[in-house]
Amino acid sequence: MHIDTHTGLDSPKGVWWKPAHKAEKTWVAIAFAWCMVLFAMMPLWHWKGGQNPSGIRRRTTPEAYFKRTNEFIAQYKVGEDRGMPIVAPPPGADVYLAAMTFQWTPILKLQKGKEYTLHLSSLDMNHGFGLYPINVNFQIVPGYDYGLRVTPTSAGDFRIICNEFCGIGHHTMVGRVIVEEAPAAAPVAPSGSGGVR
Amino acid sequence: MTAPAARPAAVFRTCGVTGLRIHDKAELLVRVNAVVAVVALLVGAAAAVLVVLTRWQAVHLLPADWFYRILGVHGMSMLIFWIIFFEMAVLHFASTALVNARCCAPGLSWFSFALMLVGTLMVEVLMWAGKADVLFTSYVPLRAHPAFYLGIILFAVGALIVTGIFFANLVVAKREKRYEGSLPLVVYGAMTAAIIAVITLVHGAIIYIPTFLWSLGLMKVDPEVYRLIWWALGHSSQQINVAAMVALWYMLGALTIGAVVLNEKISRSAFVLYILFISMASAHHLLVDPGMGPAWKVANTSYFMYMAVLASMIHGFTVPAGMELGMRLRGFTRGMFDWLRRAPWGDPGFSSLVFSVVGFGFIGGITGVTIGTEQINIIVHNTLRSPGHFHATVALGTALAFMGATYYLIPLVFRKKVAFWTLAKIQPYLFAGGMAIFTLAMTFAGSFGVPRRHWDITFSQAAFTVPFNPAVDLILAFVALGGVMAATAAFIFIAIAVKSVFFGEPLGVITKGVAMVGVPQGIWNPPVHAADVEKRNAELHGAAKGWMGPAPGTMVFVLVFLAAFALYFFTNWKILSAVWKIG
Repeated sequence: MHIDTHTGLDSPKGVWWKPAHKAEKTWVAIAFAWCMVLFAMMPLWHWKGGQNPSGIRRRTTPEAYFKRTNEFIAQYKVGEDRGMPIVAPPPGADVYLAAMTFQWTPILKLQKGKEYTLHLSSLDMNHGFGLYPINVNFQIVPGYDYGLRVTPTSAGDFRIICNEFCGIGHHTMVGRVIVEEAPAAAPVAPSGSGGVR
Repeated sequence: MTAPAARPAAVFRTCGVTGLRIHDKAELLVRVNAVVAVVALLVGAAAAVLVVLTRWQAVHLLPADWFYRILGVHGMSMLIFWIIFFEMAVLHFASTALVNARCCAPGLSWFSFALMLVGTLMVEVLMWAGKADVLFTSYVPLRAHPAFYLGIILFAVGALIVTGIFFANLVVAKREKRYEGSLPLVVYGAMTAAIIAVITLVHGAIIYIPTFLWSLGLMKVDPEVYRLIWWALGHSSQQINVAAMVALWYMLGALTIGAVVLNEKISRSAFVLYILFISMASAHHLLVDPGMGPAWKVANTSYFMYMAVLASMIHGFTVPAGMELGMRLRGFTRGMFDWLRRAPWGDPGFSSLVFSVVGFGFIGGITGVTIGTEQINIIVHNTLRSPGHFHATVALGTALAFMGATYYLIPLVFRKKVAFWTLAKIQPYLFAGGMAIFTLAMTFAGSFGVPRRHWDITFSQAAFTVPFNPAVDLILAFVALGGVMAATAAFIFIAIAVKSVFFGEPLGVITKGVAMVGVPQGIWNPPVHAADVEKRNAELHGAAKGWMGPAPGTMVFVLVFLAAFALYFFTNWKILSAVWKIG
């Protein structure tokens, strides 16, 4: 093997397309194989895994989405917390959550272990859905309805944080999701008392 | 371009250290771009201190409106103005000095510099005046003053012209036979950066021109389309940084310890992979967006992205292996790591190089690929894990490489001694240490779901309480500690650069082998290979060295890297599997 010793600041003379040493080839092969593992994990998780950001994605308008959310609230409203409707849809229902500066509406009351289709959209800016303390995050874009099939696997009093900058009151934008053990119907505790489990 | 042959002969000087011929007009362009870059760094670093001291809830320095404003200033000043002005300096330098050539269009270069400067001033003024509280990403429908978008467009047009001048310089250099053979690898890397810059800046035009018109009420811009194309600018521009940084790794390796190129084919092919596969990286930011389906997300982030990851993993081997081989060729052949132990750790160019490589790879690279995985992004998106990742790539990686290069540019281009030499020696350690604490702490905080870009995670003004784990307070204190350390190191760097360039001692006469205060070792004692270097090289590449080849120490490092990578990657899948079922 011809080796010509030079640095990255020197112009290589003649043809530089030359065979590499075995060590270098070995590392390139290992790195390539690892990249294929990185790739394979994603289709694999779609097939076998329980957490995928696929969902149902369709276009909407802020007006249409706001209307649909209000219909949803009227249909399943069970109470209020500080003027904010608490909505308890049956398992399997389409659930509508609207993000707007600087609030989430409505408060959701779900059952543990049941699947729902959780729709997310915005009435104005980009917002960020951050479920606390589970740490599940989705982007919310105005004009797009993101319908995610969600099954809460833990019960408790959860929060929705806005984690996409949406304006000067961004940090005050907090929503609430209550998950109860199915099918028991315990009364809803007022928020702020117990905090998050 | 007018015919270069018709111009009067360019004025050159011959560099007393490297023997390269340096064109006076090109040198001045390198200087002004570098100076503006450092001023932008000063603004960005001051903003950084204000931001971290606000996020540390115990201090909570700024009011909400100023926090978001200063956060935007920090992003633009650092990621755009500091980085890109420095890259303009690198492009002018690589296409002239490194190939003994002249700048073929000084007038146009000054025009593009003026455009960029005017654009910068417009953006900065509007941001500070509160007319552009839209943060770095300016996601539509958040609306800034139209002149904000116009400023960015002017800046981008200026940068685009400089990439054109870069290519023209290389063509003229070839035609005027300024160098023999192929372009040096460092220039090849800079050319990669320039090509990616063209792709990136075209995306910038595609998104900022409509957004400018939208801000005037003349057309509509879809928020999701904005995100898609904006990130083709926003993420690809980080690949300009990566390519420029890797080129500087090869340069610093050569200057500080005589690092050699193991194999031109492998290193150059890796640069080409960046060009071919990086523009898909926009998808990285849209993994949990409603706009695109899973097939698009998987294809664009993984399949294509990982070919760019492969490129970085290749450079992650060839750069340290070239350094190791360079040291071994100079006689440091004992054991696995003697070459590393006996390297010039007091040379800020060398220590910057090492910390840049290690920080970029171990923190930035591993976290970046992991959080850029479609499903894992669910537990990452818009949390502090995201800035935790990119500060490791762009600050600990790119910015530190730029700082390391500056310690050599000061004597080589500005012909001054490096001021505050003792501080200069420790500056890379302080910066790298601070950034490592900062990025790791942000990553941990993000794992608790702490959002990025957020003024108050105590949610004192919110409708519902959000009681974060008390550990988060402590972690955010570490974020502030690391951030202030790194910003202090940035201020030290700025003080050194300004003092050296404007008030510095002239370099004077260099006597080979005689140490001088204020001069990096690679300049007073250039790494020279022995006369029988080809024979030594053949021995080190011989069959007796086994499969680990001429750089066994590096092979150990990359295998440790791979193990850390795999551990982090699969741990994240494990954590993901514990959250709610989502599909």
